[in-house]
Amino acid sequence: MDVIITNLGLLINATLIATPPLLFAGLGSCFSERSGVVNIGIEGMMTIGAFIGAVAGLYTGNGWIAFLCGGLAGAVLGIIHAIVCISFHADQTIAGTAINFLGTGLALFLCKALFDNSSDTPALDPASKLPKIFEGVFKTGSFGSNVLNVYGVAYLVFVLAFVCWFVFYKTKFGAHLRAVGEHPEACESIGIDVYKVRYTCVILSGFMAGLGGAFVTLATINQFRPNVIVGQGFIAIAAVIFGKFTPHGTTWACLLFGLCTGIKTLASMSNTVSPNLISMIPYVVTIIALILFVGRANAPAANGKPFVKAR
Amino acid sequence: MKTKKGILDSNLFYTVLAIMIGFCIGAIFLVIAGISPAVAYGKLIDSVFSKPKYMVWTLVYAAPVIFTGLSVAFSFRTGVFNIGAEGQYIVGSVAACVVGILFHLPPVVHALVCILAAAIAGCLWSLIVGILKTKRGIHEVLSFIMFNWIAYYLQNYIVNLPAIHKQSGGEATENVADAARILLPEGLMRSLDCSGANWGFVFAVIAAIVIYIIIEKTTLGYQLKAVGFNKNAAEFAGINVNRSMLTALGISGALAGLGGAMQTLGMSGRLSQLAAQEGFGFEGITVALIAGSNPLGCIFSGIFYGAMKYGGSKLTMVKAPSEVVNIIMGCVIIFIAISQVFKTVFTSIGKKKKEA
Repeated sequence: MDVIITNLGLLINATLIATPPLLFAGLGSCFSERSGVVNIGIEGMMTIGAFIGAVAGLYTGNGWIAFLCGGLAGAVLGIIHAIVCISFHADQTIAGTAINFLGTGLALFLCKALFDNSSDTPALDPASKLPKIFEGVFKTGSFGSNVLNVYGVAYLVFVLAFVCWFVFYKTKFGAHLRAVGEHPEACESIGIDVYKVRYTCVILSGFMAGLGGAFVTLATINQFRPNVIVGQGFIAIAAVIFGKFTPHGTTWACLLFGLCTGIKTLASMSNTVSPNLISMIPYVVTIIALILFVGRANAPAANGKPFVKAR
Repeated sequence: MKTKKGILDSNLFYTVLAIMIGFCIGAIFLVIAGISPAVAYGKLIDSVFSKPKYMVWTLVYAAPVIFTGLSVAFSFRTGVFNIGAEGQYIVGSVAACVVGILFHLPPVVHALVCILAAAIAGCLWSLIVGILKTKRGIHEVLSFIMFNWIAYYLQNYIVNLPAIHKQSGGEATENVADAARILLPEGLMRSLDCSGANWGFVFAVIAAIVIYIIIEKTTLGYQLKAVGFNKNAAEFAGINVNRSMLTALGISGALAGLGGAMQTLGMSGRLSQLAAQEGFGFEGITVALIAGSNPLGCIFSGIFYGAMKYGGSKLTMVKAPSEVVNIIMGCVIIFIAISQVFKTVFTSIGKKKKEA
């Protein structure tokens, strides 16, 4: 019995570490996609967020400020994506690809420039990471410690998910952003500023992707390395499509991914099956879940289409 | 006057402009990092052009990205977004490697069988996604991303299988049989002084021409383009939309798989355990974008990318981070993406001048 409880605790712990980066990025991406701007640049935004987060952690020594800096770095790339896609009507897929190159390129370039040609940042000391909520309350390794004594942000992100849901369905801005993604011309005719809504959503998407990246370097591990993000941005995009472009759907999809990653972590501790086969679990489960339960996900009607203001 | 207007209309002009702007922005970052752009770019150009050997290396680097570029360009032209070229590339290289190690066939035949195996593997990997899309309505971008990662772990799994794993340690497989390699004849290789010189680039050029003919000159290409342009209209005109989409994805996947074969049979000669996705598929997206999704253009944008990759790898010699290449590429793509805006601005300036 004890073994089961301990393992369950470890599983929840691993899930709570794997889910937040995806969920931050995924929720942000919901805003962007629903307002009608495809953002496949999430990967680049997360990477720059992870890097700037780690660097700010080194210089300020304050996890929360560093976390915010990571978000802002993502937002800067969000601004570029917004200008190119919204004001210049560029192809959004192309722009997103460019953002991925810029984000990962800039992070590694600056890292090598700042830290004497090293592609890793120096390790942060625990005090400048994000805080855990119940540090020292539970015995190390106990169920309570595994489940409750996690990085506060890991719980905060679920509150954020609820806030996003609220904004989407209970506020005027939410109604506007959903309408802008379906039929921008109609929105413009009743006086909604399509550009303003889309700019807000895309920049928000960059900001939250940056936070997701910063979570990795400020909580999961304690430094920036070239492969800290690799692939998570694309998984977040997958989660958004999986969740049918809604905040609550995305939350469940990210949790499923996080859980599978947790199972992967636990399963790889016992050395019976090839770790490479175990690593496939999250992706295979997603495909199976899609075949069995989810099926068709219809993107917002105006998604990916540049909107040109009427003269 | 007419020629000037012709230049301002041509996409090539804006592509070259975008590349120049990309280099300028890259230079700004180099200055910020305290490195002289002249030295860094000098090294970049020097390490590509200063010896014939280096230019051959550039073509060796170009071959796989031309293939993945063709794969993505073909998918763009037929209305799907093959973000899964990465995975198809991987299964292609795995298939070529496994067949290259386990089979024992005469030269030329063996290489051709390996190449065929890679094309089939890439094709099937992409078709699974196509079937999920047409039968179950699952978004192709989503399943492509999943299949990229499944392919990635599949390669690492297969590399470690005892049947093909290198006997004397190391995280790699045995070398493929010499008969399966696509290297140039030894004499030619010696005179070029390049140990990696292979037929990959020649195959890539042939593939580009074939794809160009399929897209522009055949009924099949017309149907595929029609589906990509307007699904409903194509269906109304009697084209089987689902079958067309599967055909398009199959061809696109096969092309990416071929890219994997070129790298394995030409350059590396074996598979290694991957520590991160190698990015050939994503580089293919860039190659396709710079080429404006024109198959023949992919040859040139592929060479450009090959040069940047090969030259970039030498930048560490002058202590410049090779990632400046990624920054340049990112800027190039952005400026190609917004080239329509430049076009409008330039054309309107031209008009005003004419009126004045």
